[in-house]
Amino acid sequence: MTSFGQKYPGGPGAEPLDIGTHYNFAYLDEQTKRMIRRAILKGLAVPGYQVPFASREMPMPYGWGTGGVQVTAAVLVPEDVLKVIDQGADDTTNAVSIRKFFERTAGVAVTGRTQDATVIQTRHRIPETPLTADQILVYQVPIPEPLRFLEPSETETRRMHALQDYGLMHVKLYEDIARHGAIATSYAYPVMVAGRYVMDPSPIPKFDNPKLEMDAIQLFGAGREQRIYALPPHTRVVSLDFEDYPFEPSKADHACALCAATGSYLDEIITDDAGGRMFVCSDTDFCQSRLSGATP
Amino acid sequence: MTPLLSVQGLSKSYGRHVGCLDVSFDLWPGEVMGIVGESGSGKSTLLNCMAGHLAPDAGRVMFDTRAEGPVDTLRLSEPARRMLTRTDWAFVHQHARDGLRMGVSAGGNVGERLMAVGARNYAGIRASAVDWLDRVEIDAGRVDDRPGTFSGGMQQRLQIARNLVTGPRLIFMDEPTGGLDVSVQARLLDLMRGLVRRMGLSAVIVTHDLAVVRLLADRLMVMKDGRVVESGLTDQVLDDPQHGYTQLLVSSVLQV
Amino acid sequence: MYVAVKGGERAIDNAHAWLGEERRGDPGIAELGVPQIREQLALSVHRVMAEGSLYDPDLAALAIKQARGDLIEAVFLIRAYRTTLPRFGASRPVETAQMACDRRISATFKDLPGGQILGPTFDYTHRLLDFALLAEGEAPVGPSKATEPGPVPHVMEYLDREGLIEQAPLVETTPPDLTRTPMALPAERALRLQALARADEGFILGLAYSTQRGYGRTHAFVGELRIGMVSVEMDIPELGFAITIGEVRLTECETVNQFTGSKTEPPQFTRGYGLVFGQSERKAIAMSLVDRALRWKELGEDDAGVPAQDAEFVLMHADNVQATGFLEHIKLPHYVDFQSELELIRKLRRAAQAETEALL
Repeated sequence: MTSFGQKYPGGPGAEPLDIGTHYNFAYLDEQTKRMIRRAILKGLAVPGYQVPFASREMPMPYGWGTGGVQVTAAVLVPEDVLKVIDQGADDTTNAVSIRKFFERTAGVAVTGRTQDATVIQTRHRIPETPLTADQILVYQVPIPEPLRFLEPSETETRRMHALQDYGLMHVKLYEDIARHGAIATSYAYPVMVAGRYVMDPSPIPKFDNPKLEMDAIQLFGAGREQRIYALPPHTRVVSLDFEDYPFEPSKADHACALCAATGSYLDEIITDDAGGRMFVCSDTDFCQSRLSGATP
Repeated sequence: MTPLLSVQGLSKSYGRHVGCLDVSFDLWPGEVMGIVGESGSGKSTLLNCMAGHLAPDAGRVMFDTRAEGPVDTLRLSEPARRMLTRTDWAFVHQHARDGLRMGVSAGGNVGERLMAVGARNYAGIRASAVDWLDRVEIDAGRVDDRPGTFSGGMQQRLQIARNLVTGPRLIFMDEPTGGLDVSVQARLLDLMRGLVRRMGLSAVIVTHDLAVVRLLADRLMVMKDGRVVESGLTDQVLDDPQHGYTQLLVSSVLQV
Repeated sequence: MYVAVKGGERAIDNAHAWLGEERRGDPGIAELGVPQIREQLALSVHRVMAEGSLYDPDLAALAIKQARGDLIEAVFLIRAYRTTLPRFGASRPVETAQMACDRRISATFKDLPGGQILGPTFDYTHRLLDFALLAEGEAPVGPSKATEPGPVPHVMEYLDREGLIEQAPLVETTPPDLTRTPMALPAERALRLQALARADEGFILGLAYSTQRGYGRTHAFVGELRIGMVSVEMDIPELGFAITIGEVRLTECETVNQFTGSKTEPPQFTRGYGLVFGQSERKAIAMSLVDRALRWKELGEDDAGVPAQDAEFVLMHADNVQATGFLEHIKLPHYVDFQSELELIRKLRRAAQAETEALL
């Protein structure tokens, strides 16, 4: 008969569970972090190339940001200030959950202010406030492979990337124009990185694509699919298009109902049963900063 | 002058069953070679080995590339081979479904090779596609339709257009008229003959149908049980067959 | 005046508190003890250990309690815990030939050395609900063993000696650890077997069933199925010899499948193999059928294009923790991307409408 308190920490009769003694800084052990950092370095050396890595089982489900969490865990140092957003907002449930995870396991300072953060983990948006060379942006990626829905086989897509065999990608765009008169991809819009690899920028709206050329380091983590990729600062990132059907980073044709910004991506909020709606900045920190007059 | 294609000692077996044995021939620019035989003769094995779809047990397939002269295509790196199949080579499958993307429009099918080699102007790609549909006698109005809505003969013609749009120098065809109605076959053969002549293509055509080789091929090889039993100029071989098996084949064709 | 939605943090805290209440259920009913789960729901515990890839019946029982009986949720807890454990080293491969068999049957031979031992199986029970179990009664007593079961040789050895079955391939190199290296396709057999051992039982069962119904039939016979304890040994460099560090219960299934020949070999039966923690018969048998189906290429068979032969399809979708994570992630907010789709579809419809109006 086992005495739980003796065999397992935190069991009945044991000392209260102290994260610090039972888990390493930021949860992952140092060997794992080293492995992830090696993958990150490879990714930075070959922009847009998907580096396989041995994704670990994390305490949150696959598909809920484990890739981003592992990348963040590998790059965090105690002095970092962490911001976590989902759909552009700090207070959506999954962002809250991930931020609390790092508060518990890393004890780092957290913030909602984009310009105060040193590491920003994001799901599906790039912050409106331009990032600087001192910052790292970590993206949560569900499906890293831009060709996946055109070609389900992993062995085949790997070959296509190796041989720069991207004809199928443009065929898809051609078909869109033939059928709809325009390219029918509005998010996770594929890009050509440094003229070599086609990359999926994660499910950010195409409105955010131009921001992919930035001063900060961008890291992309796909936990379940076991891939990491990266964009070093100032990497050339071009959204795929045709010369006569150029890429358009479009958004809703409104201003934010709260802060009046005209250049930020907007959420559509349904306000009443009669179909009334209003448009509000998706980036809550950006909106609040403008409202409080503290815009940088 | 070097041959465009030089096959040397090509052999492939499946266990104890011989696929093809020690086949050699040269093909010159603008020449069409027919390979005839019945089912099990090894002609498809030979074609697939030449085209790089199957790995042979022995032999070389020398192709005279524009950049580097004759190279053994069997020993090319994968990227080089892919480039070859997208530009200088073409392969028309017996079943159009194997050579087309059924989920993509006719225009997309024809435009794919152009896009694969860097074409980035939609109007230009579409215009090329429409031009080629015209050349293979498919109504330009069908450019946005999927091949699933085409007849068998139209699918074959679409497959040909898809292959020829980048101006290849060598085309492999595997039973190109198989399964089509006789009148459709005739029309397709006429079209192919015209295109081959006009574009100065070399071709290797595998078929069991002697009428196809009579119409299209300059030279032919007769295969039985994996071996070439007779070869020569098409008219000579068909009018005056020497080997017993060739005689049997020729005499078996129904005269209508 | 619209105010941006806040309160995500409080919502989560409240949800967790409620969850705790639901887990406990009616406080008037006795609380379920972890040892009770370990003892009386052993097959659930075995499944959680197998798919969690961690042999610890107590932990598995705890996970089941915490997960309110949701076995995949329990597997998730075990996997997450496993990740944090330090690794001291690797054991020697276990010798299943030395297993103290509680259960050992063969479908290919009527009788064989060591005998056919039924063991504690559901096989011949009549599936009638036993309402006597509603009451807690005296513990039932099984038959007493005449002698302690000794090691029993594998029946496949007999086929092996006659050269009738392909040699079990002996691999000298250490296979990669699936939990430490990313899955790389095409995957060698050792990696495939690892993936199958921790795969979702239902998924593997369905695939195995499909092969029996014609989707890549392999004509499987159960050569041997054995369940029992094996000892786990580990070489200790400081001592210079191996010590036994514990015992685990394993289920092992070896199937004899249709024979094949090649250019140089006369026909031989082929093998399928399954090995799972605990008493997990269904999983072990299913695993051996799927293992055999995935071996089509190395055995020179045709690609029938069926799901069970498609290694990428099987291996990429067999992990239930990955699968449920991704499946359930669609519950997360996706309104930003949905907004993009709304804008695009509105734009396309406007364009289409303008075209129609222009024609009129």
